[in-house]
Amino acid sequence: MSASAIPLVPTGAPEQEWHLPSKGRVGMYCLIIGESAIFTIFVVAYVFYIGKSLYGPTPQQVLEVPIFNTICLLSSSVTIWLSERGIERGNMRGFRLWWAATITLGVIFLVGTGMEWYKLIYHDGLTISTNLFGTTFYSLVGLHATHVVIGLIMLTLTLIFTLTGHVRQEHSERVQVLALYWHFVDAVWVVVFTVVYIVGR
Amino acid sequence: MPPKWLRVERIVRLASAAAFAFAGHAFADSPKVDTNLFSPVSTPASQLLQLGVFVFTITATIFVVVGGLLAYAVIRFREKSGDEYSEPPQVYGSNQVELAWTVIPVLIVVVLFLTSARVIFAVQDAPQPEGALDVTVVGHQFWWEFRYPKQGIDAVNEIHVPLSSAEHPTPTYLKLLSADVDHSFWVPRLAGKTDLIPNHPNDLWIDPLQAGLYLGQCAQFCGAQHANMLLRVYVDTPEQFAVWAANQAKPAVQDPSVAAGRHVFETQACMNCHTVRGTVATGRFGPDLTHLMSRDTLASGMIPNTPNNLRLWIKSPDSFKPGALMPAMQLTDEQIDQVTSYLETLK
Amino acid sequence: MADSTLPIQGSLDLTPPREHESSLLATLHSWVITVDHKKLGLMYMMMAIFFLLVGGLEAILIRIQLIVPDNHFVSPQTFNRLFTMHGTTMVFLVGMPLVFAWGNYIIPLQIGARDMAFPRLNSFSFWLTLLGGILLYYSFIGGPGLYGVSSAPDITWWAYAPLTLKAFSPGHAPDYWAVSLLVTGFGTLGGGVNIIATVISMRCKGMTLMRMPLFSWLLFVDAGLVLITITPLTAAQVMLLIDRYLGGHFFDTQAGGSATIWMHFFWIFGHPEVYVLVFPAFAIASEVIPVFSRKAIFGYPAMVAASVGIAFVSLGVWAHHMFTVGMTSAGNAFFVLSTMLVGIPTGIKIFNWLATMWGGRIRFATPMLFCTAFLFQFLTAGLTGIILSTGAWNWQLHSSYFVIAHFHYVLVGAIVFNVFAGIYYWYPKVTGRMMSERLGKLHFWLFLIGFHLTFDTMHFAGLAGMPRWIYTYPADRGWQHLNLIVSIGGLVQAIAILLFAWNLISSLFIGKLAGNDPWDSWTLEWATSSPPPVYNFAAEPVVHSRRPLWDLKHPEDPDWKYDY
Repeated sequence: MSASAIPLVPTGAPEQEWHLPSKGRVGMYCLIIGESAIFTIFVVAYVFYIGKSLYGPTPQQVLEVPIFNTICLLSSSVTIWLSERGIERGNMRGFRLWWAATITLGVIFLVGTGMEWYKLIYHDGLTISTNLFGTTFYSLVGLHATHVVIGLIMLTLTLIFTLTGHVRQEHSERVQVLALYWHFVDAVWVVVFTVVYIVGR
Repeated sequence: MPPKWLRVERIVRLASAAAFAFAGHAFADSPKVDTNLFSPVSTPASQLLQLGVFVFTITATIFVVVGGLLAYAVIRFREKSGDEYSEPPQVYGSNQVELAWTVIPVLIVVVLFLTSARVIFAVQDAPQPEGALDVTVVGHQFWWEFRYPKQGIDAVNEIHVPLSSAEHPTPTYLKLLSADVDHSFWVPRLAGKTDLIPNHPNDLWIDPLQAGLYLGQCAQFCGAQHANMLLRVYVDTPEQFAVWAANQAKPAVQDPSVAAGRHVFETQACMNCHTVRGTVATGRFGPDLTHLMSRDTLASGMIPNTPNNLRLWIKSPDSFKPGALMPAMQLTDEQIDQVTSYLETLK
Repeated sequence: MADSTLPIQGSLDLTPPREHESSLLATLHSWVITVDHKKLGLMYMMMAIFFLLVGGLEAILIRIQLIVPDNHFVSPQTFNRLFTMHGTTMVFLVGMPLVFAWGNYIIPLQIGARDMAFPRLNSFSFWLTLLGGILLYYSFIGGPGLYGVSSAPDITWWAYAPLTLKAFSPGHAPDYWAVSLLVTGFGTLGGGVNIIATVISMRCKGMTLMRMPLFSWLLFVDAGLVLITITPLTAAQVMLLIDRYLGGHFFDTQAGGSATIWMHFFWIFGHPEVYVLVFPAFAIASEVIPVFSRKAIFGYPAMVAASVGIAFVSLGVWAHHMFTVGMTSAGNAFFVLSTMLVGIPTGIKIFNWLATMWGGRIRFATPMLFCTAFLFQFLTAGLTGIILSTGAWNWQLHSSYFVIAHFHYVLVGAIVFNVFAGIYYWYPKVTGRMMSERLGKLHFWLFLIGFHLTFDTMHFAGLAGMPRWIYTYPADRGWQHLNLIVSIGGLVQAIAILLFAWNLISSLFIGKLAGNDPWDSWTLEWATSSPPPVYNFAAEPVVHSRRPLWDLKHPEDPDWKYDY
């Protein structure tokens, strides 16, 4: 019974480094890949139907380019990055501040989207059932907004945990994984913005 | 154990071979399988079959070679007694072999692809000659409408086309539309199938070189009675076709002796769905009944067109074709008799 | 010849004896709340086998209806529900759970890990998958409404629009289809993420990716494919629900929408999906064939490359399901080429398995019988696939029984056969007992005969012009003899499966004790006890080659001496 079959240390060979990527990060990248596929299909539907509505309002008639909203959302990527750097270095105050700024910018984006939709529905008569443009527009922008909402919920929960002292520097890896999701949401907006407000008009 | 094994295997193999011989015979002996893919009477179907035979030859050869090697390996390299005490030489791979059995399939793919592409372009992009007949096919749940725009005909379920020949080609070009969901026009002996998709017109052409009746049916699931959306293509000689077309172009026969039935037809909502040309009935949802008696079948090829069947159909379409979109109109027996007599005059 | 007395460090089951005894309620409770990959893998397997029997029953009912022309065994509406549910069940409630059954149980054991990367996500994914299945079957009894007694989906498993829109399907059939599959789809996504993270982040020391068993490699590639395969279907189903409930027009042809765009979205999912389903069969073959031929797999790097190649190319072939919808001739030609190209790496795999057997000393125990049949059948299926891929000839074969024969050759002839192989092979590891070899061989031969009776004959039905989705056919078509044989074969397969079920259950009680390594295998899962303890390995293994147990058993000729 003394013969060790699967040795704990390779005999004779020098001790080798054995580092594998963090599973949290891998998991989040996988989620992002899957979500990207979903968004791609909605984008393809949007692009396919450009100019094909038989009646009803067209993008040129009713869409206004949401510059302010976009600046807010894209800036939130910067603020969350600053926040990540904060927690990495143990600067918890900086982490909290920039994290809260991110949430604020995200909320402004959502409010802006809501205002845009209000105008489209009540002043321009464009709903999801009006025509092909309406269907594809609300589906794509709405799908993105849903992801913003989910992201904001996660960010807010994290903020609450931070304020109650449960998030510390050793959790920086997990925080970065969550921030990765937020960066994804912003990247998707770049695509949606380009397709809907630039190409589609 | 090996000897016993072999015996069981042999019996099984023989039994399987016998079973397939039976199956093959059954297939060959079936009464004139009119929808089989191996008796084309039209150029597209012939071109498709040629491609099919070509690709089958290649794939069958591959099967014989690879399957043969597999069978050889199974027999030659099976464990013999005494093998339990040693392992065979471990061979981990060979780059040359990997290359060989990558390159050869690539070459086969190139050949197959080029052949296939040639046939695709030849059939799909064939130019329309002068003498071609234009027919617009509209798919409905669960019947076929055939409009001949130049002849002013609106036929239903049974399509008549002229015979074509090599010297004097008179192909029929079908434009495929749908009034509701996806359907597919498939008459195997005449052409491959092409789908009827709403908001997406498609084309199909046939040049039948042999007169006769050719069967087919809808080949894309379209709802409850997809199975009974049957096709009947009558390939007529030019004379037969002229007679048929002339009759179809006429308005409905007006026979005063069936006025009672006509009255029932026009007041009991039948005319909301059906057209009888030359009368007030101009409904478009259901089939045009102007020349109902010129057809051999009812319910899209499902039942023979006899007075009794017609009567039963009107009384309750669901008794033949449950799920068909024609409702039973709850007519009295007397009304049904009258309507049937009326329809019987629509030759 | 297995030497189960080999002293393998880490194969000791150190679980205190008291933990092995518990009441029935406590046992059930432990299964319900478990996050252990082995229990979850088994639950996925039990779910798959259960739905295999349900889907099989649906198939038998279909075959009884079609056994003679103009039959009235079931109504047209019931028939349409039967084949829709049969297809949907087999793909989503059998095929997909099987991926996660194999992946969850075996991957951690093969890579020397304690569990999957995300055990709680694992549990969540399983229960979501099961919930979706229950919801789908609830449709048989739920929501009578105006349009018939049941709302079970009757729209084919492709659910083509606009048939699925409210105008043409006013009941709830498409809703049950879409929502149930959305639910299972999220479970699938979770499962896929878990497998990828496990393989990337949890391999034991020394196990580089190129030393990982091919089984784990194949399921890893499979999981990657799953992420971008199931998600287009999710998107399309959301679009369908928007059309049905929010007045959307994605597929509304009356508003200028497109019916073909549903087809594109569905098949962008649907084609890679069949590769998702078949990869476990490849994985099992890549373990069973080497062990029973007594040789290492031939061409390991080529096998890895071919698997990755198949996954990528399979993303670009989807419209070979749409040759008849009226794409341009150039579009058709493109998909002919891409489809034929995917046959090349697939062929390479067959050749490598063949080369593994070549020069070996093949032991035809039950697992190897199934794998051998798999090789012949998968070869045939691939070749009928090439026949179908030619575009123009496809215009005759599409939507005919030839296609049904082709894909059942893959789904049953390749996948189900290898699932049986895998069960016979790993059952001893999971339960500690061997399945009956006698019953296994009987099961094999009976199932082989039934399979070929049904699916060989079915090719001829297609060549005779018989289309799909028809609840009956007139006698004058000449298809009755073929249908009779097909139906009889189905009944033979059913008997074989009942035999298998009996073997599966009875062996739990009367099977021969297996020991750690009854087949004399080479991968890490055989280094632990049968069944493995909860923690898998008492000490984390360290490996130096692709076959750690070969190295152990052949210290004079270990694999790591060969630089390959």
